[in-house]
Amino acid sequence: MNRSGLSAAALICLLLGVWEGVVQIGHIPVFILPPPSLILQTAVLQAKLILPHAAVTGAEICLGIFLAMATAVPLAVAMFAKPVLEKTLAPFLVASQAIPVFALAPLLVIWLGYGIASKVFMAWIIIFFPITVSLLQGLKSCDPEYRILFTLMGSPFLKTLALLYWPWALPQFFAGLRVGVSVATIGAVIGEWVGAQQGLGFLMIQSNARLQTPLVFAAILWLTAMGLFLWTLVGILEKKTITWKS
Amino acid sequence: MLQVTDLAKYYNGQPVFSNFDLHLPANRFQVLLGPSGCGKTTLFNTLTGVTPKDAGAITWQGETVPHLGNLCAYMHQKDLLLPWFSLMDNALLPIRTRSGDMTAAQERAGQLFLRLGLGGYASHRPDQVSGGMRQRCALVRTLMFDRDLILLDEPLSALDAITRQRHQHLLLLLQTEFTKTILMITHDVDEALLLADDIFLLSPMPMAVFRRFSLELPKPRAFDDPELLHTKTQILHHLEKGGVS
Repeated sequence: MNRSGLSAAALICLLLGVWEGVVQIGHIPVFILPPPSLILQTAVLQAKLILPHAAVTGAEICLGIFLAMATAVPLAVAMFAKPVLEKTLAPFLVASQAIPVFALAPLLVIWLGYGIASKVFMAWIIIFFPITVSLLQGLKSCDPEYRILFTLMGSPFLKTLALLYWPWALPQFFAGLRVGVSVATIGAVIGEWVGAQQGLGFLMIQSNARLQTPLVFAAILWLTAMGLFLWTLVGILEKKTITWKS
Repeated sequence: MLQVTDLAKYYNGQPVFSNFDLHLPANRFQVLLGPSGCGKTTLFNTLTGVTPKDAGAITWQGETVPHLGNLCAYMHQKDLLLPWFSLMDNALLPIRTRSGDMTAAQERAGQLFLRLGLGGYASHRPDQVSGGMRQRCALVRTLMFDRDLILLDEPLSALDAITRQRHQHLLLLLQTEFTKTILMITHDVDEALLLADDIFLLSPMPMAVFRRFSLELPKPRAFDDPELLHTKTQILHHLEKGGVS
């Protein structure tokens, strides 16, 4: 572990220590604020209960990411190829982000049901935007001198896209993907809050109602771990893909 | 053979150049010499069709063409190598974008790599080699365009003085060994003197040729050649006056 990693770990330990100390010394009831030790204990010991819910939420997130990529990449490329398209669609894209997802969630449950579809859709709305915008910016950031070179080589658009624009935009694509996966959990969990029969969000609502606060925290811990896992995965993927120095 | 007549380009209603004429015989090395910002790059962009011309005619080998975009190869002051490709893949770009015969091209590029001192570096990435080597790779890529006319836009100005001198000789190969017809723009008087058959002095705003020098000295030329020095004095004298008579 490097120095910054060590200091981050130290800071986390310190914060958890203070938390644990305050709860123990202040005799705070566990249904108000459980100590970190109990949360960890619950997260591990109740794994059998939590795991199926985590699997559902994980599936929703992964499907959301997959759908978002499958739509954001072609859309960004199309808007890059045809600026008219960008001008036409830009207001809709921004509007799609201005609508709070919380407000949409109940409607989506009505339209798409209590199953996985409404949650995947929710995750998709949230992830789709940062990937599209970052990728489009990345494509547009290409140095015009390189464009001229490719024009003079008589390169057709798709060739130029594959050889020049796409690799050029990759760092920004990954930046968008990182933002996307780190907010993906929000979409899925909100969807589950509003109406679901399984998933970590459903588990949280259920435990909350029963004042099983340690279980609520344990679910949050699992969610955080899943988010961190995805974030790290994207980082590794980025390192494996972008092996050059610009 | 290239013939440009009455070429004009306006920017915000002001002429960058107008009534611009140029006659470039085959296998000749012509240099446009002028101060930075006098419109040289705009001229190249207009010739290559990157920006449309506002008036004038361009003739290549007796045929009128809208621009030289698909007739010339182009080498820029920046090497414009793609950092994600090896030197070899960069050199092969003109073939790849045209979906040409890769095997034959690879062999040819390999020979050019050897000729230009890049042997053994084919699989290196651009960030792993020196600026001079990158520019030589750009030269190989330029040759891989396989076109008779080559436009050089200050191709060596990003290199340090020592490396630049060495690479001036390599540019000469374009004419002597590869029998290309070359039009170069530069602000470097010495470079022009070492390489050019004809030097055109450019005045800015609007850009126009105000003086022409033809050098029939054999190449490669020495810096201290008396005739060269004499021409240099004349050129510097004229450039100082900036075409204002």
